[in-house]
Amino acid sequence: MKRLSHYRRHRFAGPVLLLFALFMVGTTFSVATASTRQSSSVLSRSTSIAEGQQIFLKGCSSCHGLNAEGTKIAPSLIGVGAASVDFQVGTGRMPMADMSVQAMRKKPAYNADQVAALAAYVASLAPGPAIPGGEILNYERDGSTAQGGELFRTNCAMCHNFAAQGGALSQGKSAPSLMGVTPTQIYEAMITGPQSMPVFSDKIITPAEKLSIIKWIKAAETEPSLGGASLGRVGPVTEGLLGWTLGLGLLIGVAVWLATKAR
Amino acid sequence: MTARERAAGTVANYVDERTGAAKWLKKNLTKVFPDHWSFMLGEIALYSFIILLLSGTFLTFWFDPSQREVLYQGDYQPLSGIKMSAAYASTLHISFDIRGGLLMRQIHHWAALLFMAAIVVHLLRVFFTGAFRKPREFNWIIGVGLLTLGIVEGFLGYSLPDDLLSGTGIRIAEAIIQAMPIVGSYIAFFAFDGLFPGEAFIPRIFTVHVLLLPGIFLALITAHLMLVWYQKHTQYPGPGRTEKNIVGYPLMPVYMAKAGGFFFIVFGVTAFLSAVASINPIWLYGPYTPAQVSAGSQPDWYMGWLDGLVRMFPPIETHAFGHTLSWNILIPGVIIPGILFTGMALYPFIESWITGDKREHHLLDRPRNVPNRTALGVMALTFTTVALLNGGNDIIAIQFNLSINQIMWFSRIGILVLPPIAFVITKRICLSLQRADRDLVLHGRETGRLLRLPHGEFVEVHEPISPERAWTLTQHEQPNPLVLNPVDDHGVRRPGTLLNKLRARMSRAATEQVAKPNGEDLKEIEHH
Repeated sequence: MKRLSHYRRHRFAGPVLLLFALFMVGTTFSVATASTRQSSSVLSRSTSIAEGQQIFLKGCSSCHGLNAEGTKIAPSLIGVGAASVDFQVGTGRMPMADMSVQAMRKKPAYNADQVAALAAYVASLAPGPAIPGGEILNYERDGSTAQGGELFRTNCAMCHNFAAQGGALSQGKSAPSLMGVTPTQIYEAMITGPQSMPVFSDKIITPAEKLSIIKWIKAAETEPSLGGASLGRVGPVTEGLLGWTLGLGLLIGVAVWLATKAR
Repeated sequence: MTARERAAGTVANYVDERTGAAKWLKKNLTKVFPDHWSFMLGEIALYSFIILLLSGTFLTFWFDPSQREVLYQGDYQPLSGIKMSAAYASTLHISFDIRGGLLMRQIHHWAALLFMAAIVVHLLRVFFTGAFRKPREFNWIIGVGLLTLGIVEGFLGYSLPDDLLSGTGIRIAEAIIQAMPIVGSYIAFFAFDGLFPGEAFIPRIFTVHVLLLPGIFLALITAHLMLVWYQKHTQYPGPGRTEKNIVGYPLMPVYMAKAGGFFFIVFGVTAFLSAVASINPIWLYGPYTPAQVSAGSQPDWYMGWLDGLVRMFPPIETHAFGHTLSWNILIPGVIIPGILFTGMALYPFIESWITGDKREHHLLDRPRNVPNRTALGVMALTFTTVALLNGGNDIIAIQFNLSINQIMWFSRIGILVLPPIAFVITKRICLSLQRADRDLVLHGRETGRLLRLPHGEFVEVHEPISPERAWTLTQHEQPNPLVLNPVDDHGVRRPGTLLNKLRARMSRAATEQVAKPNGEDLKEIEHH
């Protein structure tokens, strides 16, 4: 202890103590807020409507009503179709974590089989958009990247940004980034219009055009950053920030250095 | 004398006999400049401008300033077969097919951002140290002109590639032009040769961007530097430095070497940024069509504060005599910037009116010794910073999970409340620093050594500061406030009572300070 106190007036003592304090606060916070993961019960493989109804009654009916007829706080699910359920539950948006601004993408609460059962149950209530898949979704074969880009810039970029990185909407809502979203989910979002997003029916954007959009998004996802670090692909804000910090910072640093050398 | 020296001498003599350059060079190469890192900020702007000229010339070799529609057949597959303007297609061609083209484009754009940033920090240095005072008022005005033109020039360059982001920017510029009462629509028709977007705009702004404005820039920069040369550079106060001399190093060889080296360093930093960080990836934005817009469309930072002002202004419009007056664009887009830049250009004259100081100044102020001016500068800086932050409100909202509406309300209230608070806080800090200087001169430096006196009292040992340091801390003037009685010394009534009251009030505010130590203070200390 005495040896340690020897360094208390060292010029690095302050910064080191600050780092230590920050580290301790961070560790304490992460330990205190760490929650125990809930283990989801594994159901037997089943896509039957009855299984789905059971899951619905346990997990969804408190908001959506016992027969999915909707309540004051949640919409009716009659006629929303399997695609809507697959998107909302499959991306973890439903069940909602809280009733605040909008449902956020998170780790799904149900496994694939459970999602399929729920979708089958909701689809059985009334006809609605089905989950796209198989031959319908062969975007590599049936889509055109360039045409998809045009469609994306006309219909999607105003909310999702020119490079599908997401954008802000009013009152804290936002259009999410489309990086890492599966082709099925993109297609489902277009035909069901989750949350703030409008429905893009097959009359507005044909199925072939939808595949082109998906192909362009996938191309944008894998496109390497051609001019160096991408800076998030959000436009001039990050460029200005880097110019002022790194660029001008380096230059002023050099100016200080040049003036010091002369003394 | 060696053969080589003889040859050099012959050549030099040959040139001198025909030009008389020797006398001029002898005088000017030994010219002395003071040395300080903050005197090199303007140099960064100058060198960035040279980089802009060089890289811009390279880009014009392939850029096709035309809105003629073409079908893209180039290498970038995601745009293959898309209709676009020749301007956009040729920018893609420069980026992907010309060797070093993308690097040059990025150097040009990064240099533009650094050029504007360097101008702003140079301006702040000149403002906070009072370097704009007589006889340098004209050079201050030239500087404000360069800043204004830089914003315009940068915006035109950002608009030239005719990508989706450029077009969105031009559309907003058109809206700002149209918002001007009576003449707005006519000017917009004239600028675009008809309706937006038309086919005339890109070729026109190309001429302005590469010919007209660079020409004006060169002329103004030359005048700017010649005035510095003629009036000599200012210097920071210190022992041996007066209003009538300059302490520093000669141009040749010290500053030739330094400035030359610094140019290459600026070039190096710009090239480094351009090599590692993407800027304005126009191929991602896509070609401009008026039907499209992207989330998060932003101008470059030097326009960002204007965009932020427009974004925060409440939607107010007036309909009168069959015309619409869009105050929501007119005030933040035209009137506020107009007031700011006019006020900035006239500031040297306003300050000299307030202080009544008509003398020449070559010694710089330490910002703390002029609390009112420093506080005013920080106030203006706070205003533009809040506006700039609001310009990026959508990006901030999505990156930090905030509500865009909350940020807008923060900005709306903050832009009115924060600048006055910044003024008061800065002024108090300046006065506290003056007090600290006074303590330092009177009582010396705190050594941290504690001494126990025989009777048990503990005292800290203070070490007197060097006479040089004490001189630097006390050399400044502390003028008294102007006395502007309604009746002057000759018993004649002074005209403009209200204006005089205002002037006297401002003079009182400008001269508020902590008295610097004088000889009597020191004697009193020694007496203890």
